[in-house]
Amino acid sequence: MSAAAPPALRDPAWTGRVFWSLAALALLAPALVATEFKPWLLVEPGALKATGRFVGDFLPPKFEPGFLWLVAQECWRTVAIATAGMALALVLAIPMALIANSVLSVSALPGRMHALPFAVRQGVRALLIVLRSVPELVWALVFVRVVGLGPTAGVLAIALTYSGMLGKVYCEILESDDRAATHALLRNGAGRLQAFFYGMLPQSASELTSYTVYRWECAIRSSAVLGFVGAGGLGQQMDNSMKMFNGSEVATMLLVFMLLVGLADGASAWLRRRIG
Amino acid sequence: MKLALHGLAARHPAAAGGSAPALRPVRLSVEPGEQLAVVGPSGAGKTTLLHALACALQPAAGRLELDGADPWTLPVSGLQKLRGRLFLAPQAPPLAPRQRVVTAVLAARLPRQTLLASLRSLVYPLNAEAARDALARFDLADKLWDRVDRLSGGERQRVGLARVLVSAASLWLIDEPLSSLDPSRAAMAIDALTRAARERGATLITTLHQVDVATRFPRVLGMRDGEVRFDLPAAEVSAERLAALYAEHS
Repeated sequence: MSAAAPPALRDPAWTGRVFWSLAALALLAPALVATEFKPWLLVEPGALKATGRFVGDFLPPKFEPGFLWLVAQECWRTVAIATAGMALALVLAIPMALIANSVLSVSALPGRMHALPFAVRQGVRALLIVLRSVPELVWALVFVRVVGLGPTAGVLAIALTYSGMLGKVYCEILESDDRAATHALLRNGAGRLQAFFYGMLPQSASELTSYTVYRWECAIRSSAVLGFVGAGGLGQQMDNSMKMFNGSEVATMLLVFMLLVGLADGASAWLRRRIG
Repeated sequence: MKLALHGLAARHPAAAGGSAPALRPVRLSVEPGEQLAVVGPSGAGKTTLLHALACALQPAAGRLELDGADPWTLPVSGLQKLRGRLFLAPQAPPLAPRQRVVTAVLAARLPRQTLLASLRSLVYPLNAEAARDALARFDLADKLWDRVDRLSGGERQRVGLARVLVSAASLWLIDEPLSSLDPSRAAMAIDALTRAARERGATLITTLHQVDVATRFPRVLGMRDGEVRFDLPAAEVSAERLAALYAEHS
């Protein structure tokens, strides 16, 4: 051992941690001011009464057979919009995630990535930003004008926005997981896609599945919002009921949403268990 | 594969530009089919040497020659093709979790498979026999269909070694193959490796902490502080040389 004094026992990271915690709080304050965040308004007597009236309308939910049949049909359409949108989004997102992630770069193996592959990766990242920064509601309004009212506009809107989100998060999941197995394959001469299927995919499968199912769940919620601008499904039905001030119909549809989200949750848990 | 190092030096990719290289200029030549053990204390640069030989690390100075050609003058695709003829087995076996042993072992064949064939092999293993034979040499054939993340540390290490046997590489670079094996398994594993390398005419370079095992190799390289201190036939590696190699830093 060297003759230098033993290291001090004071944690050298402490000052930095305190500073950044305080800085985060200081940054949060203006956000609260800007949003006029005054939670005490919620419990004022007038507000409570209005809330009570609105929620009271929801009870009891409407369970007439004819209406339930309509809800079931619209529910099927909603799931179909979400699923078709997700499928299209996956077709766009998977190739982009594979191109954008740096772990599969062969030129970066011994150190620095070459200029051209770096530029291509940044380009795909930029494209992903464009795709997901336009809200699906805006895409839907665009497509409703192009393809007319109906589910197609919803499917296309979800496909575009979600391909941006899926591509980015897939890419980050793949980059954050342990890269030893993937790099070992690349170093021994395997191709990028081979390294993906034999090294990366088994490593990240569980994480990717869980995120995909969660996004499918979000797509179901999204399709509800899109329904309000005429993209069909439960959302459109909900919009109609709200315009008629028919709270009990809205309540039934909210229950259906809860059921669908619960179903997605169960599916995700089951899949993750299966993958292990 | 024949290899030659002309004053090759290397540093870790993360190291600062001005820092001392992990591997100081090394002059070395190895004939095809030779078997070489590299010994030395921790931090001597043994792993860096293997990485430099595997084209996993670009030389900071000097030149590497594999079969008479400098790999770093090749385009990326040519270098990747050449890497398919080398096999670097890191000390911690890089096995992807959730994968089965058969798939992990057959992954070593990827460089000579088309993408389509490798995908088909994921659906149904194309050459399970090769994987089983390689595993059998390490007394692990019964684990063929098990998941790699359910194996013990020693079993994982042997799966990593079985991979080498399945590859078509002609230069085997193996880092600490015995670190999690008990003495009898270690002897078996090193026998299996050297025998298989001889059968295929592959050049074998392995780093070792077990000096007694290293002296069973025809040629032993002693490294310390990023330098080659000796490069001798095993018979000439005396106890004094080894004591000096492993002596505490003063």
